[in-house]
Amino acid sequence: MATFGVIVFPGSNCDHDAYHAMKHIMNSKVKFLWHKDTDLSGIDFLIVPGGFSYGDYLRSGAIARFSPIMQEVVKFAEKGGPVLGICNGFQILLEAGLIPGAMMHNQDLRFVCKNVFIRCETTDSLFTNTLTKGQVFDIPVSHGEGNYHINESGLKSLQDQDQILFRYSDTDGNLTDESNFNGSIDHIAGITNDGRNVLGMMPHPERAMEKLLGSDDGKIIFDSILNSLSVA
Amino acid sequence: MYKAKVNVTLRPSILDPKGKAAHHALQNLGLNDVQQVRIGKFIELDVNADSKEAATKVVESACAQLLANEVMEDYEISFED
Repeated sequence: MATFGVIVFPGSNCDHDAYHAMKHIMNSKVKFLWHKDTDLSGIDFLIVPGGFSYGDYLRSGAIARFSPIMQEVVKFAEKGGPVLGICNGFQILLEAGLIPGAMMHNQDLRFVCKNVFIRCETTDSLFTNTLTKGQVFDIPVSHGEGNYHINESGLKSLQDQDQILFRYSDTDGNLTDESNFNGSIDHIAGITNDGRNVLGMMPHPERAMEKLLGSDDGKIIFDSILNSLSVA
Repeated sequence: MYKAKVNVTLRPSILDPKGKAAHHALQNLGLNDVQQVRIGKFIELDVNADSKEAATKVVESACAQLLANEVMEDYEISFED
């Protein structure tokens, strides 16, 4: 059985959500990894959770990427180890250079905390291989800096190499202007690296695990991950 | 000791929502001569180095690795005499 590691930085606040999701909903093995830890042995899948690591000082994720554990995360990812960065975790992976691009403030400067719809754009990844292309998920977002930016050639490369896994859409899967609430370039909600083993996404699948709390669509994404890990 | 001043600004091609919001507010104040507002960061560093060239190298390295994100930001370094 695969073991998940959830990294805890000073200021992480979705670490327990991720732990709960993996342990109690997905019935997987999971352990917390303090940001000063450097031992990733026995970990099969890393989750870099959401929050406000180091108070978002300088830029979101800019300080966290120099935490001791991040050097190990980079090595783990470069060896092909699977990594999921959610929200602030996505920002940290961007700052660490594991995924191309950068995050800017939401276009209307508001912190947005609500459920949104995201559309699966490709099933060619370990994170999405049991999903259906075009499938729409009801997943919460909670961020002030989720306005994804990359230069023109970078965007073209993401598109050409099928690295965009999720886009913001409406409930029917249409890419309307209103659905792209934070102003992200090309509606980008989640992208993978060119090795396809690292996913950064702003929406919080770990907060959409129980119908009682609004949506359990996040489970579908973790089901895909567990399926990939059991096959691997 | 060298006192370095670093200005970090969003690249010209990048929309600056904070600058836009401040520009709106200035227009509401009646300051209609203001054509554009761009907001950046100002950082001061005290650097121990033997020469200005050495200090510049240190500050450039600080900017490139941490203080600016070159995907969306530019930086300018100057020294206080």
